[in-house]
Amino acid sequence: MTTTTTQSASSTLQPTIPSRSRVGVALAAFLAILRRDIVVTGREFISFLLQVLLQPLFFLFIFGRVLPSIGFTQPGFAAILLPGIVGLTVVLTALQGVTLPLVLDLGFAREIDDRLLAPLPVELVGVEKVLFAAMRGLVAGVIIFPLAYWILGSGYQVRTDAIGALIGIMVLTSFAGACLGLTIGTLVKPEQIGLMFSLIFTPLIFTGSTYYPWGTLGNIKWFQVITLFNPLTYASEGLRATMVPGFHGHTLPTLAMSWVLLGLSVTVVVFFILGIRTFRRRVVM
Amino acid sequence: MSENPEQAISIEVQNLVKRYPKASFNAVDDISFSVRRGEAFGLLGPNGAGKTTTIGVLTTGIIPTSGSARIMGIDVVEDPMSVKQRISVVPQQSNLDRSLRAREILTFHASYHGVPRREGQARADALLKELGLGDRGKDKVMRYSGGMAQRLMLARALMHSPDVLFLDEPTNSLDPQSRLFLWDRIRSLNAQGITVLLTTHDMEEADQLCERIAIMDHGKILVLDTPAELKNLIPGGTSLELRVRIPELVSVGDVHQDGHSKTQLLAALRTLPGVIKVDEVAESDEEDGKRGTTLFRLYSEDAGALAVQATQAVAQVNAELRDLHLARPSLEDVFIYLTGRNLR
Repeated sequence: MTTTTTQSASSTLQPTIPSRSRVGVALAAFLAILRRDIVVTGREFISFLLQVLLQPLFFLFIFGRVLPSIGFTQPGFAAILLPGIVGLTVVLTALQGVTLPLVLDLGFAREIDDRLLAPLPVELVGVEKVLFAAMRGLVAGVIIFPLAYWILGSGYQVRTDAIGALIGIMVLTSFAGACLGLTIGTLVKPEQIGLMFSLIFTPLIFTGSTYYPWGTLGNIKWFQVITLFNPLTYASEGLRATMVPGFHGHTLPTLAMSWVLLGLSVTVVVFFILGIRTFRRRVVM
Repeated sequence: MSENPEQAISIEVQNLVKRYPKASFNAVDDISFSVRRGEAFGLLGPNGAGKTTTIGVLTTGIIPTSGSARIMGIDVVEDPMSVKQRISVVPQQSNLDRSLRAREILTFHASYHGVPRREGQARADALLKELGLGDRGKDKVMRYSGGMAQRLMLARALMHSPDVLFLDEPTNSLDPQSRLFLWDRIRSLNAQGITVLLTTHDMEEADQLCERIAIMDHGKILVLDTPAELKNLIPGGTSLELRVRIPELVSVGDVHQDGHSKTQLLAALRTLPGVIKVDEVAESDEEDGKRGTTLFRLYSEDAGALAVQATQAVAQVNAELRDLHLARPSLEDVFIYLTGRNLR
């Protein structure tokens, strides 16, 4: 009985394009939009690399090579710094890959309109932004490794027995950055871009346990607590756990892996839901 | 219930209301209309009349506060995805993808809509050629002029063969040549059976392109009819315009005499046979050649027949006739007649 009703209801819709299913149509549109982003970024790949890699490169050179060789840091600091730099690069690249284009696009450029009018739910246009930005973040993060090997020389020390976990953490980190970027990008107005850099990015960069292991903050308890509100802390610590080799037989104490996974997962879920909701509110009035 | 496609409805709007959050008034205030398949329909009105909001609802970008809208029988709120497969939009301002080259804008649009790659490429080349952009397909659109951008957006809109084409102020701020070109294209698309809904505040554009026009103001539809019928709304049908120089008197300050001749003339004109109404049109007298002259407008069923008698009436008060003009009513006059305001 119920089945009959459903059938008659759907037959009254009379789709004029019956050859492909709705899911097929939406998926084709989604993939085409993703291909557009890949083509555009591929075309400006060199400037993309310069944009995302120059800063981590200098950080590695100064803090990982110059300071150790003039005796300002303890031996082994480069090994602890590298995971932080990887985490920071992945998060910032993913985040900026969504935020800046979205702020401009929703503000006045409206270049996104043609994609919003494609036959797929508008939310999927936001999902594509997240997916592509995460891919960007991941690519940038991976490229850090050969660069670091080249810059740090003997200071380059990375465990190779936890590569599976390392990849997992990097993927999660890139999505955390992208979801954060989606939320920020849909909330910030074009005229607030300057403010966004100083109010959001600067604290994010410096409270994310990038340049210090979280465990060493025991003496500054209040700051240690604050860093826990930064998703980057979980990324840095997770990467440290999977990258830093043991010194003299004992491993570097880091935030427990369960907390790392929880921190990153909560960031992804909360900011994904929040970001998609605000995205929809911005594009469908 | 007729299956005749000529009679099929492609756009149906019922009691549509849109009030934006925090607004104190309705941007669209309870409008209803329907557009036949293959019809060219115009929404005409000043800025802020609710035209763009109406298009926004019909193209799934704006959720109505109440009422409903259907495209090809599909509800825009319930199934926006299916609606988007059947429509195309040419917006007011360029929203071309500046990261892509012109031809890619078309081919990517086609692939968003599931057009097979080879078919999309063939169609892109054909449309670029047809719209006079054949040799500019490799350009980035940053270098495009306003008219070229508008043509490219029209080409993009046609890439997935829509049933309904929405044009939001399509030729606003274009040079006359580009305007005429676009009008021509729009007419021929319409002739091919595409339903066209356009908004404009340009009376001539509406008159040129639309089979039926809804005149909108403050979110409401004031009237909806064919351009010819709309013009018939103005009483008298045609009008005769007289620009007259009423003699200035030598004696300074004696305005009484001057005013007297004007009153006399007005009275004489009003008594001419067949005259329905005479207006003294207020205008700024700053322009050279108009200084010191007065413009009278005589409404009549057959204003042309009044020319001789009106000229005599002017001569009788020793005034000088500077210009005589027979005016057919324009849609602009209809708007002024309906709202008491000018369109712009």
